[in-house]
Amino acid sequence: MSLYDIIFYLFAAITILSGFIVVTSKNIVYSAFSLLFTFFGVAGIYVLLGADFIAIVQILVYVGGILILLLFGVMLTNKITNVDIRTGTIHVLPGAVAVGVLMGLLLSAMVWTEWKTQPSETPVTTTVTLGRLLITDYILIFELLGILLLIALIGAASIARREQE
Amino acid sequence: MTSIPMEYYLVLSGFMFSVGIVGVLIRRNAIVVFMSIELMLNSANLTLVTFSSYLGNVTGQVFVFFVMTVAAAEAAVGLAIIIAIFRNKLTVDIDKINIFKW
Amino acid sequence: MNITEIIVVSLIKIVLVIVMILVAVIFLVYFERRISAWIQYRIGPNRVGWKGILQTTADVMKLLLKEDIVPSASNKTLHTLAPIIALFVAFSTYAVIPFGPDVTIFGYQVKLMVADVNIGVLYVLALTSLGVYGITFAGYSSGSKYSLLGGIRSSAQMISYEVSMGFSVAGVLLLSESLNPQKIVLAQSGWMWNAILQPIGFITFVVSAFAETNRLPFDLPEAEPELVGGYHTEYSSMKFAGFFLAEYANMIIASAMITTLYLGGWQIPYIDKLGLGVTLTTLLQVGAFFLKVIFLLFFFIWVRWSIPRFRYDQLMSLGWKVMFPLSIINIIWVACLIMIFNL
Repeated sequence: MSLYDIIFYLFAAITILSGFIVVTSKNIVYSAFSLLFTFFGVAGIYVLLGADFIAIVQILVYVGGILILLLFGVMLTNKITNVDIRTGTIHVLPGAVAVGVLMGLLLSAMVWTEWKTQPSETPVTTTVTLGRLLITDYILIFELLGILLLIALIGAASIARREQE
Repeated sequence: MTSIPMEYYLVLSGFMFSVGIVGVLIRRNAIVVFMSIELMLNSANLTLVTFSSYLGNVTGQVFVFFVMTVAAAEAAVGLAIIIAIFRNKLTVDIDKINIFKW
Repeated sequence: MNITEIIVVSLIKIVLVIVMILVAVIFLVYFERRISAWIQYRIGPNRVGWKGILQTTADVMKLLLKEDIVPSASNKTLHTLAPIIALFVAFSTYAVIPFGPDVTIFGYQVKLMVADVNIGVLYVLALTSLGVYGITFAGYSSGSKYSLLGGIRSSAQMISYEVSMGFSVAGVLLLSESLNPQKIVLAQSGWMWNAILQPIGFITFVVSAFAETNRLPFDLPEAEPELVGGYHTEYSSMKFAGFFLAEYANMIIASAMITTLYLGGWQIPYIDKLGLGVTLTTLLQVGAFFLKVIFLLFFFIWVRWSIPRFRYDQLMSLGWKVMFPLSIINIIWVACLIMIFNL
């Protein structure tokens, strides 16, 4: 087992375990905290796959942006008299059975399909190629996404704003 | 490139996706449901990066970039909605948010 | 170099950098107090050791010996984790900052930075955004409303200023055409310092750096008279020392980043024209890097006693209505420079 394999299993274990905690923990803040580790695990696996730019963007966007927003949500939607915020679960058994069936289908499709692969050298950095693609072939989508973000910004601000009499 | 077959990465993302679905199905707090959706988006991203890496083609990563942008927009608007609902109903339990107007 | 040598060299560099930061923090705290005293026409600490130089050591001993109080309403795990996160972020940022050109020691080609990362600038930005977690968790887990208010204020402040920080960095990246800190330094050879080429970006970056490190005039998260101390109200002993250390380490890192991105890093303009030997040139360049950092640290302290604290709404409107548009104007300015002069 090479070093590479060990790192892969380590990151995979972190991702799966913390993912489980996100879903099962009764305390929302613990869920948010373990989601942090899930994002890190996924970023680590991106690095293993040679996608360094995407890995760092994962940390910037998910950890630095989305998760902070979620934490804000947790703090704003609870009465802060007690640090323990607990919520229950429902329909655990039927949910687990349905997802079990779905997961079986998904995994069997993934394992038994003959995926076409092309052996290639891991590029040193993908940043340049990615940047070129973004402003040549995908420029239209790129600009549309900018507009989407602007709309989301305005929309979010106008929804969350208190009505003024 | 690596000794790990592509299927391992795919299985990992499959697991993550399933965990995310479990979260959406069994949890009733809107914010935890949100987190589970982020898990599912992450597993989709992982699949895209895996394919992109094993095909030696960076285009897959461009799509991951797009997915992340959409996820950020979705998180912002979604949380704004959750907070607006909380202000009116004082709960984020999605089973109790079941009427059209109040 | 084989893998063992790489690991050994990296470990030596990591230990060196950590020891350097710890020593620097100890002296920084002392100098901050002495300079504050000098600015306010006081005497300042002068009892422990020669001219009070051991004052910080005494303070650290006091903090170590104090009782570690964990409030009963708090969340114990997160309460302990928060200062650890803050420290981890503060120390790991330093990995990508180059403090000299490549040197050859005992036949080895050694880079004067812990890790030569291709996307180093993004790495720093990502870690800075992690810094918010230490403060948010500290504020949340203490189970006190003052801590919580401090935590929420600080996360909002840091997120807002991260935006203008990122946009100011974009101007630097346009000119250097690389995300690698060493290449950014090399792109600023001669007088082509980014601080001269893009003064607006320099100003927005420095202001954002003040806001990110929670220094006056933006120290709203811990504003002593209003929030009793903000997010670390409920912290004592070693954990408080952790936050304290992280704040000063962040100051050093902010200075080092400003130096690297805008003040030409370790470069001295036209030093190669003087015809000095390679060893002497390298030593002078490393010295220049530390001198620039020390000057910026002095600037941090100087500003602290010159500008009064902002109100929270003023802080936010400065961030979003002044700094953010200015940093976008800076990008346009840099783009025009590149178009006109083909830089």
